[in-house]
Amino acid sequence: MSARTLFEKLWDAHVVAPETADTPAILYIDLHLVHEVTSPQAFSELRERGLKLRRPDRALATLDHSTPTLPANDKGERPYANEEAKAQVAQLEANCREFGVELHGWDSSERGIVHVIGPELGATQPGMTIVCGDSHTSTHGAFGALAFGIGTTEVGHVMATQCLLQRKPKTLAIHVDGQLPKGIGAKDLILHIIGEIGVDGGTGHVIEYRGEAIEALSMDERMTVCNMSIEAGARAGLIAPDDTTFAWLKGRPRVPQGAAWDAAVAKWRALRTDAGASYDREVRIDASKVKPTVTYGTHPGMAIAMDAPVPAARSAQETRALDYMRAQPGKPMQGTPVDVVFIGSCTNSRLSDLREAAAILRGRRIAEGVRMLVVPGSEAVRRDAEREGLHQVFTAAGAEWRVPGCSMCIAMNGDLAQPGQLVVSTSNRNFEGRQGKGARTVLASPATAAASALAGSIADPREYVNEAAAA
Amino acid sequence: MKAVTRIHSRTAVLADENIDTDRIIPARFLTTTERAGLGKLCFNDWRYLPDGSDNPAFPLNQPQAKGCAILVAGRNFGCGSSREHAPWALLDFGIQAVLCSEIADIFRNNALKNGLLAIVVSDAEHRWLLDHPGTELSIDVEGQYIALPDGGRIPFQLEPFARHCLLNGVDQLGYLLQHDDAIAHYEQHLEQAA
Ligand code: SF4
Repeated sequence: MSARTLFEKLWDAHVVAPETADTPAILYIDLHLVHEVTSPQAFSELRERGLKLRRPDRALATLDHSTPTLPANDKGERPYANEEAKAQVAQLEANCREFGVELHGWDSSERGIVHVIGPELGATQPGMTIVCGDSHTSTHGAFGALAFGIGTTEVGHVMATQCLLQRKPKTLAIHVDGQLPKGIGAKDLILHIIGEIGVDGGTGHVIEYRGEAIEALSMDERMTVCNMSIEAGARAGLIAPDDTTFAWLKGRPRVPQGAAWDAAVAKWRALRTDAGASYDREVRIDASKVKPTVTYGTHPGMAIAMDAPVPAARSAQETRALDYMRAQPGKPMQGTPVDVVFIGSCTNSRLSDLREAAAILRGRRIAEGVRMLVVPGSEAVRRDAEREGLHQVFTAAGAEWRVPGCSMCIAMNGDLAQPGQLVVSTSNRNFEGRQGKGARTVLASPATAAASALAGSIADPREYVNEAAAA
Repeated sequence: MKAVTRIHSRTAVLADENIDTDRIIPARFLTTTERAGLGKLCFNDWRYLPDGSDNPAFPLNQPQAKGCAILVAGRNFGCGSSREHAPWALLDFGIQAVLCSEIADIFRNNALKNGLLAIVVSDAEHRWLLDHPGTELSIDVEGQYIALPDGGRIPFQLEPFARHCLLNGVDQLGYLLQHDDAIAHYEQHLEQAA
């Protein structure tokens, strides 16, 4: 067989019926992740047609988007944002019971953001196709799985047939050469990449991230990178699995054990782009040039180094974006006063993200007037963080330590910013109103978010790290 | 899905680039468990003033935009989330087609599955359409062209299967269910490999 890319290997292995000029391919889906927001209409459709789930054993559900992040009161009542949110959660619970889907609900010690728990449980594995009614499904590509977001109609298709109708997307290789400078992390890198290729730079493509800097990333960091592939318009992001991947997955509840594990790893090692295989497009990024990066506009492509001057608007839309953000062309974002800091979301709510923030906050207080929310990505992350005492670092610094969920990433559970407030956020979208009507979002790494909370304005985390080391 | 063969309407224009799904329908409305009735929330935070009255600065609130079923939007319309609530809201609001030089993948996929025509035109044609709001257009799905008032035509491409489904009102889930044998065969092969 001729040389193939990683994407082509994943695609070929899942074709139930190949595409033709008239019809898309029928692609088999190994794992279907489900949450309360994009599934109710799909379950209703199944019920109306008298259909069942073809493979309930390949579905995994959780509660994350509409769920409050404040704990239940003594009577066990949870502070839902409204009755609809409460009803939506109750509906997923009922749907999962009726259709036999495993749900990590309120009583589960594994509940959390759908893209955090899939990998944690080892449900996400190299070589799989993974879908969810959620665009950040691209996260799972960090394991060398073809993972992408789908709409609710397609959620219904997967439930009923375990398949999707798909046209083969194009491939885009992003080579990240060299090494990231000290103190620069995966979030800076991916914001830098989207700033370079644009918010639609990946449209119609599956991105494969490769090169020295990518191989050097931890799994948590790889997930951060792949998570934001969709913010460049790409359907999916991929990183070839390697020893880092296997070491991370080994022993997790759902991965094969014993001899089956060794056999799986042997198979997974073949999941790499062959020498001589070609991509539809290729881009090169120099990792050594990446600085602490933040957004200054209202989409993730409007990203620059925090000490670089905000560029002048080149269109009416950019003028509108700068006005909305109250960003001033010619001035850097560094030093902009901050009202709220949010550490969380499927981009940056894993243990390493919390450690990164805590390292900067330890023994310090956040600035007067700043509100800071730290929301772990899952119950497992929460447990681990509390075991290390990170929650005490956060609360001693003046931050709020919450129960896992999407929280202020999407602001549909009642955690939101007020009109005009500036939020430094470790999430993935800075769209107008994303974190509350009129709220202004600046996307950043956990380290930058923590440093900004301390300074009360957008700040370079490296200054705090050095100080801590010197002290 | 209802068959969609032809759409005839004046155009309304939203020239902003990168109109994301949070602008089409803000996330706080996603607690619904229904598909219906989202039209009143379409473009909510742009369309209404804080007191709930119509925002006169929102282009689709202009009298000449009322009743337009064809929306010409700036590049990269529908970027962001996979929420199908976006095409549901647009359809319920009265939009039947979106014309653009580039449309976000998941949005376009979702739109076509609901009978909302998501059509990509060339940069030059897009520019012209953006500059001429209120143009009377007729979109022919079978012939894959947009007829202009002066008799001119803008050709476009739809993915052949999506077009077939639109023209015949084909239910894609029904189509997939017909492939039960092939799926079972694939699953068998999977189990043997494991
Ligand atoms: S954390 Fe944000 S981006 Fe991630 S799944 Fe939740 S809402 Fe979506």
